[in-house]
Amino acid sequence: MNPTILRLSAQALLGRRRGLVLGLIPLVLLVLAVVVRALTSDASVGYQAVTDLGFSLALPLVALLAATAVLGPEVDDGSIVYLLSKPVSRHVIATSKYVVAWAATMALGALPVLVTGLVLDVSDPRRAVAWGAGAAVAGTAYTALFLAMAALTRHAVVIGLLFSLLWEGVLGNVLDGIRWVAVGAWGREVASSISSLVPAPGLGLGYAVVASVVLSAFGLWFTGDRLRSFTLRGDE
Amino acid sequence: MSIVTIDKASRWYGNVVAVNGISMTVRPGVTGLLGPNGAGKTTLIALMSGFLAPSAGSVTLDGEQIWRHTDAYRTIGLVPERELSFGYLTGRQFVVANAELHGLADPGAAAERALAVVEMTEPATRRIGTYSKGMRQRVKLASALVHDPSVVLLDEPFNGVDPRQRLHLMTLLRQMGSEGRTVLFSSHILEEVEQVARQIEVVVSGRHAASGDFGQIRRLMTDRPVQYVVVGDDDRGLASALIAEPSVVSVALRPSGGVDVAVSDFGAFTVRLPRVARQHGIRVLELTPTDESLESVFSYLVGGDR
Repeated sequence: MNPTILRLSAQALLGRRRGLVLGLIPLVLLVLAVVVRALTSDASVGYQAVTDLGFSLALPLVALLAATAVLGPEVDDGSIVYLLSKPVSRHVIATSKYVVAWAATMALGALPVLVTGLVLDVSDPRRAVAWGAGAAVAGTAYTALFLAMAALTRHAVVIGLLFSLLWEGVLGNVLDGIRWVAVGAWGREVASSISSLVPAPGLGLGYAVVASVVLSAFGLWFTGDRLRSFTLRGDE
Repeated sequence: MSIVTIDKASRWYGNVVAVNGISMTVRPGVTGLLGPNGAGKTTLIALMSGFLAPSAGSVTLDGEQIWRHTDAYRTIGLVPERELSFGYLTGRQFVVANAELHGLADPGAAAERALAVVEMTEPATRRIGTYSKGMRQRVKLASALVHDPSVVLLDEPFNGVDPRQRLHLMTLLRQMGSEGRTVLFSSHILEEVEQVARQIEVVVSGRHAASGDFGQIRRLMTDRPVQYVVVGDDDRGLASALIAEPSVVSVALRPSGGVDVAVSDFGAFTVRLPRVARQHGIRVLELTPTDESLESVFSYLVGGDR
C-alpha cells in the first residue's frame, strides 16, 4: 500500500458530493429501522424487509459508489496519469485504492446492516451479527468487483447497478441458479452459518467463502493490470 | 543524459492510423514537436511516456522499452495536456504528493524547489480549483520536475498561457535544455517552437514530415511556391505582365475574375508586383495569399514535391 495514494483516494472519496450520498444511504436505512421499530410492537415484523433492503440494496450501492469514486473520475478524465507517471507498482496503487473503498463499504455499508439488526431486535444480537458478517464478506467482494469495473469501463456505475439490481435482484429471484454467481447470495450463506434465522441460499459455507476470496483477489489483480496498461488519449 | 528512441513506431486504432512508421531520436537539449492539431503529437508523447503501446515498432528510453515499464518514471517527467482535476488539493499538496509518490527522501523540500522554479511558491497555498489556466500549467510542470528528471515531455505547454508566463516558460525550457536534460514539447505554432527548440521534428497526419534545426525547417516552410490570387482592373493584361517576371512560376485566369499566380520567390514578387502594375497602368484591387495556413505549409511538407 502507498500512504499517499491512500490519502488522495480518501480525499477524492470524501471531498466530493459523492461522499454526501455515501453517508445518506446508511442514514436512511437507520432511520427506516428506527421508524419500523417504533411503529411496530412485534419485533419480527419488518426485520426481514429492512435488513434485506440494507443487505441487497444499500450495501452494493455503497460499495459501487465507493469503488467508482476512488478510481472512476480519475480514469474518466485521464487525470490518473498524474498518479501513474510515477515509479509505483500499479498493483500497489490498485490495492491502496481498494483499501479506501473497502473501508468506506465496511463503515457505511456493512456496519449499518449490523446496527439495523440491533435496532430492530436487540434481544437477538447473534442474528444482527450474522447479517453484519455476511455484509462484510459480500461488501469485500462487491468492492473488488466494482473497482475492477471502474478500471475497465467508464460505464461502471451503470453496469454495477445492472449487476446488483437486475442480475442479483430481479433475475436472482426468478432463476434459482444465479445464486452461485451472485455476491449477495455468498454473503447470505455466510450469515446463515452464524444464525439459523437467516435463510440459507444452500451453496455451502466453503463455496461462499472461496468464491468471495477468489472474486476479491481477481478483481484486485485485474484493477492493477488495467492500470499497468492505462492508455493516454489526446483530444485529437 | 538520456535518449528517447522511436524506431519505426506506428499506432493505429481500428482503421485509423494515428502514428505511421515514425523514427526519431530525442537527445539532450530542447526538441520541438511541431504539427497541426490532430497530427499525432499527443499520441507520440503518449508512446514516449509509456502511456500507449506501439502497434508496431518500438519506443525506448536509453535502450529499454517504456511501455509497462514503471521504473522509467524515475527518469521521465511528464506534463500532459490533460487538465488537473485535483481541484480539492492546494498546489503545494499536489506537488508534495507527487514528490512522495516518487519516494523522494525529503518530499517537502523537493516540492518547494520545484514550486520556486515555476514561480508558484506564493499561490501554492490556494486550492488548484481556484487557479488560472497558466497557474495550473505551472503546477503541472512543478509536479513533473519534482524528482529532477533527465527527460521532460510536455504536451502543448503553451496552450492558454498568457504572454508573460509564456516567456517565463520558454526561458525555463531553454534552461532545462542547457542543463543537459532531454526536453521535448509539442506545439502547433512554428514561431513558438522556433523560439525555444534547437531541434524540430514535424509531424503531419501521423507521419514524420521533416526533421532538423529551426533554420532548415524555416527554409523548407518558406522556400516553396506560394499561391496568390490577384484581382486587377485588367486581369488578362496583369497575367501577361506577371508571367514575364522571373519570380512567377505560373499564372491562370480565374473564371470568376482575378488571376491565380504561383510564386517561387515571394520576397521578390512582393517588390515587383506594384511596379509591374504601375508600368502597365493596371490597378490592383486585391491580393490574397491562398495557402498561407500552417496546415497548407504542413501538407506541402508531406506532399513530396520538395
